[in-house]
Amino acid sequence: MNNILEIVGLRKKFYQLEAVAGVDFEVREGEILGLIGPNGSGKTTLFDCITGIQRPTAGEVRFMGKRITRMKPNSIYQLGIGRTFQLVQLFPGMTVLDNMIMAIQESEGTVLSRLFQMDESKDEKKAIELLEFLNIIHLKDQISKNISYGQQKLLDMGMVLMSKPKLIMLDEPMAGVNATLGKEIAERLIELNRRGCSFLIIEHNMRVIMNLCHRIVVLDYGKKIAEGSPEEIQNDEQVLAAYFGG
Amino acid sequence: MANLTKKKRPVTRILHWTIFLAVIGCVPVIFGGNAYHMYVATLIGIYIITSMGLNLTLGYTGQISLGHAAFMGLGAYTVALMTLNGYSFWLALPLGVLITFVAGLVLGLPSLRVKHHYLALVTLGFGTVIYLLFSNEYEITGGFSGLPGIPRPSFFGLDLSSDIAFYFLVAAFLVLLTGIALWILNSRWGRAFKAIRENDMRAEMVGVSLLTYKLLAFAIGAAYAGIAGGLLAPLMKFVDPTSFPVHESFWFLIMLIIGGSGRFEGPFVGAIVVMLLPQFLRGTQQLYFVIFAAITLLLLIFWPGGLTGLLDVFFRRVLRRNPPQLTK
Amino acid sequence: MFIQLVVSGIAIGAIYALVAIGFTLLWQASRTVNFAQGDFLTVSAVLMFILVCLGVPFIWALLITVVIAAVLLGFVVKKGIIQPLIDRSYTTIIVATIALSFLASNSVATFWSAQCRAFPQIFGMTPYRFGSIALSRQNVWTIIIAIGLILAINLFIQRTKPGKAMQAVAQNREAAKVLGINISRVTTMVFVMNAVIVVFAAMLIAPVFMVRFDMGAQLGLKAFYSAAIGGFNQIRGALLGGFLVGVIETFSSAYLSTEYREAFVLVVLIAVILIRKEGLLGTEER
Repeated sequence: MNNILEIVGLRKKFYQLEAVAGVDFEVREGEILGLIGPNGSGKTTLFDCITGIQRPTAGEVRFMGKRITRMKPNSIYQLGIGRTFQLVQLFPGMTVLDNMIMAIQESEGTVLSRLFQMDESKDEKKAIELLEFLNIIHLKDQISKNISYGQQKLLDMGMVLMSKPKLIMLDEPMAGVNATLGKEIAERLIELNRRGCSFLIIEHNMRVIMNLCHRIVVLDYGKKIAEGSPEEIQNDEQVLAAYFGG
Repeated sequence: MANLTKKKRPVTRILHWTIFLAVIGCVPVIFGGNAYHMYVATLIGIYIITSMGLNLTLGYTGQISLGHAAFMGLGAYTVALMTLNGYSFWLALPLGVLITFVAGLVLGLPSLRVKHHYLALVTLGFGTVIYLLFSNEYEITGGFSGLPGIPRPSFFGLDLSSDIAFYFLVAAFLVLLTGIALWILNSRWGRAFKAIRENDMRAEMVGVSLLTYKLLAFAIGAAYAGIAGGLLAPLMKFVDPTSFPVHESFWFLIMLIIGGSGRFEGPFVGAIVVMLLPQFLRGTQQLYFVIFAAITLLLLIFWPGGLTGLLDVFFRRVLRRNPPQLTK
Repeated sequence: MFIQLVVSGIAIGAIYALVAIGFTLLWQASRTVNFAQGDFLTVSAVLMFILVCLGVPFIWALLITVVIAAVLLGFVVKKGIIQPLIDRSYTTIIVATIALSFLASNSVATFWSAQCRAFPQIFGMTPYRFGSIALSRQNVWTIIIAIGLILAINLFIQRTKPGKAMQAVAQNREAAKVLGINISRVTTMVFVMNAVIVVFAAMLIAPVFMVRFDMGAQLGLKAFYSAAIGGFNQIRGALLGGFLVGVIETFSSAYLSTEYREAFVLVVLIAVILIRKEGLLGTEER
């Protein structure tokens, strides 16, 4: 089995603080990998380094064998990595449908061709399919800042799916989400995984993580302190210590 | 289509264009006899073009440019120098556009890679340097005395030097450039510009090359100002450095905000209001600056939609058009 | 001649550095770029001039102006303009300060005078002599006072409680909030501090340039360049940038071309941002 994502010796320093202090792990093709750890352990910074928002101070990131360290975020997206954020990031003044099309338009054609691309029916169809899959199709012409938080989260996920990424990175997908919506999201994730998509998920909701993930990596103070199946992690002494102290 | 300029049914769009063209046509009918009025009307048309360019850069893509007066100056001096040396206006104007577009690319390339205010800073500096160039290079630009006697163009033998004919020339350019702007904004470029303005980090995360689109928005905006400047030279029949001082760029900013930044009609309303209001009041130039700057500040704080925003709300409340659709 | 150029460059550089420090402090505390900084200088210079013309002794004119500036340019601007806009887009605040700049300079022109007036030579006219070298009093005192102020600012930031709060906000807003620091109050304090700095800078520059409604604009621009070249998020960046710009400007004006000295500084700026986008001493921002 191949590794879809490899993190080797990654470090990131801000002023004097080392947020990520030498992390190694890999995401295997087709798996759902959970990334957990107490607040401030460097998980989101790690995500930022992988997706190109931050430049790592040292180390390498490889996606499907290709070095993507220090590449720009838009190039990384076009290679096939999608990502959501803790606080939902949308285009607030645009409609739901426009948000979705925005997520795909830069992956087709050239800059010049986009000036003349007037027929968007194909992309609209794809967007509508996804909105139906996520059960928010009725909102397609709503301005995205006017829909509810849960609906925005679903839209965020929809945007990520538009480009059919091979790896989806989710930053706390369950944050601020009620139980019903959470179950819906989890079901969608499992379905997508069945269809071949790999996942790297940061989450604090332990129940969700243990049920959803094939494997789990635990970070504390920017370092990896444990790695293994959900059962192994639940019983790991270091992990318990990190979360509960002593 | 990317529907950035408001979802319009074909009927509405035809109606807007008809009104637009009718207003343009009526002006010479009403004011044709008065040379000064025609001059002001033509000037307004030219300033609308500049403001449209600034709207593209600032209103739609969120990049602050303080160099639009300098770009106008570049266009104006190019046309002036070439037509005074015997070249055709129709050769000079495209050259002016090309020069301003390239200038936009050159200035934008370093500045747009970094934070927003760097473009403002660099364009401000550029404006200063251009002003110095115009004032100091006496042999070429005539220094402070400027270049007088700029001829008005002719079009395939049709002489356009009369006030009314030249007005129609400027109006034709305005219509053409409006159409081009609409095309750009309704295309995928327009959607990318808006995405950059609304959430540039997310835009990058969905594949948008920030530098490419910011550069395009800025360079095209600069080119629009270049065309406007190229039309200004034969209108005034004269160019000099004091026509393009640095603070002139602030005026376009003010026009845009008062009209409504990021809205398509903004530049039109803004340019008209800012140019016409002083005609009806008496006072020094500086007093107008003070008044308009104060209005701009107040609008920014309390009512960022500008006048078009106000009209929008008016139309929606009073006429009950376009209520939000909520279908299940 | 060379020595005099160096001293001249350092003197003007010191003033740029002072104003640039104000810039960077504002940036660090509130992520605001104050395009009206130069016009704050103008307003301060004009205020002092008016008071002196009314017969007020200079030291009192200075102090009164400091108070007025602190209230008007610091407190009122912050509460009235910056605060309402703090949640809007980046661009909006910048445009607002641009409008403010326009408003300030033209208000001075309209309500006071559009003409230039000479500011009193507060340090006296006779130059100091060191052997065969004559240095203008203005330059010498400017350097002394500016450096003194810079040291004072540094002390304030490093040693006092409000100063440390400013540092915390600059480095990590979220963490500062969690620690209980009132960011709005810190920002107000920085605005007031900036106003005071600007008044002193105005005092130093006004005898050199004429007092006119647009005198500050050029200066503001240079200070802006200084901050950009040296690094917007570090005080030492503003320092380095200021002195660099002052020296480059003075030397290129003397040896290359007086008219185009603006152009040289602009070229240096573009070169620096191309090579290192945070500025020479700036650090990467989160």
